[in-house]
Amino acid sequence: MNTYYFDYASTTPVDSLVVNKMKDCLSVDGAFGNSGSRSHIFGWKAEELVEEARVNVANLINCDSREIIWTSGATESDNLAIKGAAYFYSNKGKHIITSKIEHKAVLDVCRQLESESYEVTYLEPNNDGVITPESVKTALREDTVLVSLMHINNEIGVINDIEAIGKIVKQNGSIFHVDAAQSAGKIPIDIEDLEVDLMSFSAHKIYGPKGIGALYVRRKPRVRLQPLFHGGGQERGIRAGTLPTHQIVGMGEAFKLANKKMAEDYQNLSKYRDILWNGLKDMEEVYINGAIENAFPGIFNMSFNFVEGESLIMALKNIAVSSGSACTSASLEPSYVLRALGRKDELAHSSIRFSFGRYTKEQEVKETVELVKDSVNKLREISPLWEMYQDGVDLDKIEWA
Amino acid sequence: MAYSQKVVDKFEQTLKNPKEASVGRWKPGDKDFHRVGTGIVGAPACGDVMKLQIKCENIDGTNKIVDAKFKTYGCGSAIASSGELIDMLKGKTLEEAQNISNQEIVDILELPAIKIHCSVLAEEAIHRAVDDFKSRRNND
Repeated sequence: MNTYYFDYASTTPVDSLVVNKMKDCLSVDGAFGNSGSRSHIFGWKAEELVEEARVNVANLINCDSREIIWTSGATESDNLAIKGAAYFYSNKGKHIITSKIEHKAVLDVCRQLESESYEVTYLEPNNDGVITPESVKTALREDTVLVSLMHINNEIGVINDIEAIGKIVKQNGSIFHVDAAQSAGKIPIDIEDLEVDLMSFSAHKIYGPKGIGALYVRRKPRVRLQPLFHGGGQERGIRAGTLPTHQIVGMGEAFKLANKKMAEDYQNLSKYRDILWNGLKDMEEVYINGAIENAFPGIFNMSFNFVEGESLIMALKNIAVSSGSACTSASLEPSYVLRALGRKDELAHSSIRFSFGRYTKEQEVKETVELVKDSVNKLREISPLWEMYQDGVDLDKIEWA
Repeated sequence: MAYSQKVVDKFEQTLKNPKEASVGRWKPGDKDFHRVGTGIVGAPACGDVMKLQIKCENIDGTNKIVDAKFKTYGCGSAIASSGELIDMLKGKTLEEAQNISNQEIVDILELPAIKIHCSVLAEEAIHRAVDDFKSRRNND
């Protein structure tokens, strides 16, 4: 049996069209020049390609290309946005709002700022994993300098209402940062409709290369950032460092392709998600983590009660998926995202994330339904918890040793 | 998590042929249930629960483990550790069983450091099962 890749939320393969464009920017007969070299054709050619890519990225979200800053990836974009704005506007206040289910690239930056005398409010999602506009409104204060929330959650696929939250944040005069690493190129984003000041992007989540990302920085009204890197003054001084032409061209091409294929991709992903869920929903004790409505279909997180997630992954050995189980992490803690949804720890341990993408085939998903059923049944056969459940024992009433 | 081939093999054998791998249970009402000791360790919230049962017979005045069964909820190495433990137990006296250390399981399965707790759980399960058996005998 072939190995099926259902971990697109982790990373994606680079589209071959993208690879070809990138190849042309490396060797001696290609556009290898430094886009910062203003004195010769090698530099001019590289600059032209970099600017073309910037336009491609800008077009995907309908912004001005001058509002796009290249970074090394969404982690750097998040760092630059949050630290950059928090430091620059620190005289407005030192209160930041984020949520408990952000990516670590946001949470760890906030933890760092807490150690630098900033105060951070971590919003709780509702049971579906949504950060409601009301919860943001309640948490806003006069000294709230920044609100940072994700668009699509990487573990459960739930979509936040960025438009509604943006209006509330704007009214308060705070800066609004959105981590769009999982959403850019997958669902429509029109910056004209959103009161967003800063938005993080990654190339490798959307068939571009790893090691390149971008940050949208609003020009009107202009949002200022304190840079993290100092050096040659590239990217209008916001992010110094020689621009990696091949990476940038790769990201530009990937975003251009995504713009073209978004509707088709989305339709396929919805079909795959439905095949999976319809095939599994009649099993006993199966739960969706997150929601079906208001969620991106490319990320689907389920818990199979009484089966530990890592053992299920091991049983599904030809299928690449990920789990919120502690056993797949170095920390031995189950997923903080699932716990924040109010899921019991055992359901977090029993979770599996399926994330489909552009190269997923319908037949693969159909085969997976049968494999998952078979593996869950086998693991339940050897699970003492399943045995107790079948005997009618209430597991919550047992005092575990 | 890169497991040793031994963990993978043990896990796969257990899944493929659970009966042969001694997956199962003795329950109240079964013949000879009074000669079975049960140990349950771990907690669902921690991601591991191991249930071990040993069946003993008095042979020449000594209680020997003649059969054992298990069920385990947990990661692949917890399931493999339980299976490995079962293989070690059969034919041992209660005393010998209690002397099995988790390190033996670690060595056989080549468990990585982060999975050592699985073998500790297995060791605890024996102690619980033996204690349970002893308490039953006193009640006979």
